[in-house]
Amino acid sequence: MKWLEALGGKVYLWMADMGRVLMFLFQTVRWATGRPFYIKNLLKQMEQIGVNSVPVVLTTALSTGMVLALQSYTGFKRFGAESLIGAVVSLSMTRELGPVLTGLMVAGRAGASMAAELGTMKVTEQIDALATLATNPIKYLVVPRFLASIIMMFFLTALGVFIGIVGGYFVGVKVLGTNPVVYINQSIDNTKVSDIWYGLIKALVFGAVVGLIGCYKGFNTEGGAEGVGKATTGAVVVSCMLILILDYFLSALLW
Amino acid sequence: MSMIEIISVHKNFGSQHVLRGVNLSVEQGESMTVIGGSGSGKSVLIKHIIGLLFPDRGRVVVDGQVVNKLDEQGLNELRKKFGMLFQGAALFDSLTVWENVGFALKQHSRHSAKEIREITTEKLSLVGLKGVEDKMPSELSGGMKKRVGLARAIAMGPAIILYDEPTTGLDPIMADAINDLIIDLRKKLGVTSVTITHDMHSAYKISDRIAMLYKGEILEVGTPDEIRKTNNPIVHQFITGSAVGPITAE
Repeated sequence: MKWLEALGGKVYLWMADMGRVLMFLFQTVRWATGRPFYIKNLLKQMEQIGVNSVPVVLTTALSTGMVLALQSYTGFKRFGAESLIGAVVSLSMTRELGPVLTGLMVAGRAGASMAAELGTMKVTEQIDALATLATNPIKYLVVPRFLASIIMMFFLTALGVFIGIVGGYFVGVKVLGTNPVVYINQSIDNTKVSDIWYGLIKALVFGAVVGLIGCYKGFNTEGGAEGVGKATTGAVVVSCMLILILDYFLSALLW
Repeated sequence: MSMIEIISVHKNFGSQHVLRGVNLSVEQGESMTVIGGSGSGKSVLIKHIIGLLFPDRGRVVVDGQVVNKLDEQGLNELRKKFGMLFQGAALFDSLTVWENVGFALKQHSRHSAKEIREITTEKLSLVGLKGVEDKMPSELSGGMKKRVGLARAIAMGPAIILYDEPTTGLDPIMADAINDLIIDLRKKLGVTSVTITHDMHSAYKISDRIAMLYKGEILEVGTPDEIRKTNNPIVHQFITGSAVGPITAE
């Protein structure tokens, strides 16, 4: 029965941790309203999380769009359905791959950076120092990162989807020789405005996950350099897991 | 009148009972030093005074207000009366020296950036620093960081200053310079101060009274002379720094 006890212990710890994350979310939302607003901090975070993530998101989206076109061409050619490549690329990028891949990339880049920065601030008592200077650390540090993460994930996903579709078009039309008019018509006919919104709603949720988990892990860092390392790894792993798990439920909900 | 009263404070971290009914009062304008070994609960105690930690049982009263009963706004208002120097200075490493020192002024006063810069320069000169305003914390030595931390602590004109191991990690000359600075600031600003340290040279020099914290309880409180002449074997062993006695290295 020892394994059952160990399993129960793990589940208990996981539930307790989730409870603390929800409390942290509640506090963040609470402090996001009301003055003062740290606009300068928000803009700085939008640059760090959003603008600095553009190269990695563009590369991922472009590669995915191109590979998707190439792979679906290989499969569809067997059924003589090459004309549907545009629709497949467009739908996949808007509803699924755009938001999920952008979420994973931003979690790896910006989520890790957030956890490492805040974790270092925690272990060097900078967060305590902030509190002693009568400034709420959640309002000053977490709220700008949380909001910037949500806002920039929206725009990064929109950019990623567009670039992925452009990459798919390039491979489908310029490399594989599909008719450009058919390609574009198929893309437009099969992609509704609601598909674009579904993808962008997912992006907003994933942005909240990356911002929340990155900050939570940073704020709960214990120990020295080892603790910062664990917090950084934890932020990336938990954010990525949550993005993948929530992706299923959001897909089911927004079907 | 007591500026700070710590009344029967207990604090647990999991199964670890760190503070076991601490009682201590600090008078207005007094310099109180809490001494004790590593892990005796000194840092935990000082964090209770400024509301970074809250007691599981007992009360902390500062300037007539019960710290553990205050809401967030009340706590922030109370914290404006404090300045705190952290062990590692805890300077914000993404901000320059003058932005660090002027941080609270920027957040809580209506001074213009130019005025904040002037006040910052004045506070930095009070701690013996000139021409470092635009440096980043990473460009400063350990002693300079402590001085900047001190300038930040006094920027808002606090009534109480808390010093967390102010001389730890400094060479003996720099440590003594920090001691002189603490005494000098107290004379100039008339503040109440609470220092935690295990540096006995510093404790004798800067304190009106010294309290010994041992295993989560205050063992003895007295003037530096009274502490020097103590009959308590634990306090005696600690202040003489002997490895032989009731306190064992753990």
